[in-house]
Amino acid sequence: MRAPFVLQTAIRLFEELGEVGLLAARTFQSIFRRRWERGMLVRQLEEIGVRSLPVVALTAAFGGLVFGLQTYIGFNRYIGPGSEGYAGPIISLGLSKELIPILVGVMVSGRVGSAMAAQIGTMKITEQIDALHSLGADPVRYLVAPRMIAGVSMVPCLTLLGDVIGMAAGYLYIVVLMGVNGQIYVQNVMLYLELWDVATGLIKAAVFGGVITLIGCWQGLKTRGGAEGVGRATTRTVVIASISILLLNFFLSKALPASLTLK
Amino acid sequence: MIKIAGLYKSFGTTPVLRGVDLDVRRGETMVVIGQSGSGKSVLIKHLIGLLRPDRGEIYVDGTAISRLRGEALQKVTRKFGLLFQGAALFDSLTVGQNVRFGLERYTTLSREEMDAVVADCLAKVGLRGVERLMPHELSGGMRKRVGLARAIAYSPEVMLYDEPSTGIDPIRADAINDLINVMKTDLKVTSIVITHDMVSSYKVADRIAMLHEGRIIQIGTPREIQASRNPVVQQFIRGEAEGPIKIF
Ligand SMILES: Nc1ncnc2c1ncn2[C@@H]1O[C@H](COP(=O)(O)OP(=O)(O)OP(=O)(O)O)[C@@H](O)[C@H]1O
Ligand SMILES: [Mg+2]
Repeated sequence: MRAPFVLQTAIRLFEELGEVGLLAARTFQSIFRRRWERGMLVRQLEEIGVRSLPVVALTAAFGGLVFGLQTYIGFNRYIGPGSEGYAGPIISLGLSKELIPILVGVMVSGRVGSAMAAQIGTMKITEQIDALHSLGADPVRYLVAPRMIAGVSMVPCLTLLGDVIGMAAGYLYIVVLMGVNGQIYVQNVMLYLELWDVATGLIKAAVFGGVITLIGCWQGLKTRGGAEGVGRATTRTVVIASISILLLNFFLSKALPASLTLK
Repeated sequence: MIKIAGLYKSFGTTPVLRGVDLDVRRGETMVVIGQSGSGKSVLIKHLIGLLRPDRGEIYVDGTAISRLRGEALQKVTRKFGLLFQGAALFDSLTVGQNVRFGLERYTTLSREEMDAVVADCLAKVGLRGVERLMPHELSGGMRKRVGLARAIAYSPEVMLYDEPSTGIDPIRADAINDLINVMKTDLKVTSIVITHDMVSSYKVADRIAMLHEGRIIQIGTPREIQASRNPVVQQFIRGEAEGPIKIF
């Protein structure tokens, strides 16, 4: 009994990967080949970008604060009192390369990915997707492509903003709250943080934006079975997107070069 | 104009259509009747490629459509206007934008011309000045009529009506019957009408086809259907709970 079950799961997994891959291919095809749906794009840019600002600002601020807190303790304990000013580069590096992209990715999955699944899923079960077909609009071009463009462009923007806020919060904790010399802190950040570090985070964010959109739209389009089905699609999107982000994050961190300056 | 040949369709293990054959001539109004759940909606969804047959073929003006995709399929769907059973209005767009939707994709009219067509189509279904409302602000019957306005807006050659009178008061339902007839006489539109309402069937139909257990069991003019010797047809058109069709 065991082998067939494992086999079935594996087959299903590959089927689903196939579905996602196909959707991705059709999405990119319609982004590059055809006229864009302007109105939909503007709406999605606003939905994904502007409306996510408060959530991203808040999580980035507290992420920066807590990162500052623990790094302060670390330096104080292991290198010794007085060394805390050197926490700057570590905080900035950790935030811009890892913490902020992940935080933004997970927040956007919860806020935007789930909304995409719910919205498209509702359209599916109320035959609005069929209506799109009958009125000459390709659902991939009309619904998925604008979301994809918005996701891939807005998640990095949000991440950049989160970087700024997070780093400011780290500075606030170490320098303002703990009374560390601000000049040393900033000098060290300037000396050791490379533009590439921030860029790595943004590249990852773009990938996350694409993955969230793809999963949300995929789950939305395959929704069946009434309100319950929409609920299922929504939860699944958040779970699958969050897990994918965490896994992908590791592999992207590993794959992207740590530094661009050639030695 | 439309030829359905040996259409089979099942969902999972449940067969819904089991060999449907139906010819619809250009310019005629074909009414399809049948029990709830007999597959009427499934049948018309095949005509514009929303569902693909398991077996059999559908010809529209001689073109086999069951394998068409992309732009080739769009050329076929352009010929059809579909009124969905549940209206299927886009709930994030206003009524006006809903009715314009097909115009924007299927025609090259100017903005002003589209506005005029939208107002005209809404007037045809008895609605005025509702362009700026959102679908959730409308009653069920109004939504259905907006759905109808959206389907006729781009002047399709063939109209598919999925229960046009369900959920609409009898006076307005009769106005829709008139609209179906006017589109036939004035615009030479071919129509397929799904309905349970025998009165409106007799009023609009050139021919009536009854779908039962996955097949068309009888087809003929309203007169021929009324005179049918088939007990299933008789039970249905008289609306009797007792008869060969068991509902419990
Ligand atoms: N997408 C689908 N997946 C699974 N089963 C379906 C699907 N669409 C329709 N069915 C099944 O096909 C059968 C026919 O459905 P259909 O909607 O065509 O009925 P109908 O004749 O239009 O009924 P009504 O008059 O109530 O609208 C039903 O038993 C339904 O459960
Ligand atoms: Mg139906």
